[in-house]
Amino acid sequence: MSERVLMKGNEALAEAALRAGCRFFAGYPITPQTEILEYLSWRMDEVGGSYTQAESELAAVNMVYGASSGGARALTTSSGPGFSLKQEGISYLCGADLPAVIVNVMRIGSGLGNIFQGQGDYWQMTRGGGHGDYRTIVLAPNSAQENADLMVLAFDLAEKYRHPVLIASDAAIGQSIEAVELPEFRDHDLNKYDWPVRGAKADEPIRTVKNVFYSMGDAYEDYLRDKYAQIEAEEQRWESIQVEDAELVLVAFGISSRVCEEAVEGARAKGLKVGLIRPITLWPFPVKAFEKAVNAKAFLTNEMNLLGQTMDDIRLATGCRVPVYHSGSIFAITDTNDLIVRIEEVMEEVKGGGQ
Amino acid sequence: MEKIKTDVTRCKGCGLCVEECPKQAISFGDHMNVKGYRTIVVDQEACIQCGSCYRVCPDIVFEIL
Amino acid sequence: MKLKAPDRITFSHFGFCPGCGHGVAGRLIAEVAEEMGVADKLLTAVDVACGSMHMNDWHFDTVMAAHGRTLVTAIGLKKTRRDNPVLAYYGDGAAYAIGMAETMHAGLRNENVIAIVVNNAIFGMTGGQMAPTSLPGQKTTSSPLGKDAVRFGQPFKVEEAFSGFDIPYLARGALVGAANVNRAKKMIKKAFEKHLDNQGLCYVELLSPCPTNWNLEPLDSKRFLLEEMTKHFPLGEFKGGDAK
Repeated sequence: MSERVLMKGNEALAEAALRAGCRFFAGYPITPQTEILEYLSWRMDEVGGSYTQAESELAAVNMVYGASSGGARALTTSSGPGFSLKQEGISYLCGADLPAVIVNVMRIGSGLGNIFQGQGDYWQMTRGGGHGDYRTIVLAPNSAQENADLMVLAFDLAEKYRHPVLIASDAAIGQSIEAVELPEFRDHDLNKYDWPVRGAKADEPIRTVKNVFYSMGDAYEDYLRDKYAQIEAEEQRWESIQVEDAELVLVAFGISSRVCEEAVEGARAKGLKVGLIRPITLWPFPVKAFEKAVNAKAFLTNEMNLLGQTMDDIRLATGCRVPVYHSGSIFAITDTNDLIVRIEEVMEEVKGGGQ
Repeated sequence: MEKIKTDVTRCKGCGLCVEECPKQAISFGDHMNVKGYRTIVVDQEACIQCGSCYRVCPDIVFEIL
Repeated sequence: MKLKAPDRITFSHFGFCPGCGHGVAGRLIAEVAEEMGVADKLLTAVDVACGSMHMNDWHFDTVMAAHGRTLVTAIGLKKTRRDNPVLAYYGDGAAYAIGMAETMHAGLRNENVIAIVVNNAIFGMTGGQMAPTSLPGQKTTSSPLGKDAVRFGQPFKVEEAFSGFDIPYLARGALVGAANVNRAKKMIKKAFEKHLDNQGLCYVELLSPCPTNWNLEPLDSKRFLLEEMTKHFPLGEFKGGDAK
């Protein structure tokens, strides 16, 4: 029987990781995710795993690289500037076909920014973020419960595809205390797959971890294309609310999506045909969800960034057939009533001939 | 009597063994291997099987029998 | 007396330059692993430069880490594969330039891995640039007039930086000259012994010639190492040795 407890979002992430079989964590303090480090500093020992407060986020992601090479379910977490430090490591994980989970509890801004919730790392997280021809699966929880659920999914997907998986949480979700039904504990065997290094006998071939194309040669191109095609076809996840008849469809992930749920209710009460598509995978972007939005005359994002980072993906998913609008601020979660006002504005504009 | 086996396909002509041998039993010969390196020859008579050449060679040319 | 390289090391045709020390270092590691009966279990991590070519000649499971991150990769690996000895093999550029933070913190935390640092006082793979270990006045491609120690510092000495750290083994050997090679092997062996005993960081720096980037013939490179480099990088055991 699984437990239901009151937990901080960040701690739910941490506890769920352990229950998913994670036994290696390396991290560094940075607000607003430091609770993960602090929680695991005592909890990891209890389950017999390995915990390290590393000298930097850079060192931490490279420790994860080493742990993953040995077959561990390995985790590192950070935010903003610290997440940027991990990009080379994430690129290396991808190049070497290594599973790992990296969490970005998003905060505001480029540079130092600020410690409050933000959603300005969307481009960074969905378009690779580091050097090279890659991108990673990105899961976007919108509650402490989803923090737990998606952490388990993240490890499973990482292993399935031998690919790092990012979790795009944010400070609001991380700091909220909510009821969470924790997943059951599961074991993880380091030798579950044949590829992790473990020591080579004299008469068997050695295992190496390095850029996969060093050993794959010409076969690599098809291999890589197939891998990404499979992920895009099979791993899109989303939630749709009242989309089929909606004339305006909101698009939001993370904490913003919860405001949008309220806004949909409020707008519908006023007779406005509004719906919501909530991407749960930011990559692969849930293109399939948009196929159902047949009556939409416009899309309106609500995201805590100023440049409208999700807008291009919506345009791509819908073939630019209708205008895409942006709402949101970097300084605060949008107030539901303000969002309803914006919805009304947009619907007026769309009726009157559009952008 | 053969005291040392050499695989001069590996030799890179670095000369470290020539200098190291306490009996000057190693010298550069006239042979050039397939990589274009001038390779060593061993005077089996003079060799005392001390193993110094084996130790300093970076390319595993030598086997002391 | 029979001397034959163990099967765990072989010659690779994608190998090292004539007179390079990597070939000797790789053979010594294979000899020690074999003699201590851990060849089946040894896990290695290499950096991205010349040392990574050992993936082609030694018969051990190997992880290629990002540049400068070999030591922390090995640390993560050791914490996962706790019953396996884990050896990080990388150069002075990785250890003392880009990876300096990792080097210092591994010492500070006394992390339980074997660290073999091949020091040739230069960045070799990229064509011979100045390194934190380059000697004052040393001509390199990024110090063509000679390294200015006032601007760029004296050669970095790990034994000084580590003086406050309580680690089980710290030594420096050289990969030229049979007597030095013998001593270097003993250092590697001690590092293995203490690591297998889970004592902590077992760190061996090995001075290596780099004829190609020093623009010296192999024998002249050997002389530069023994006569000039050792003035700045004394050989010996600094921590965990038998004497003192």
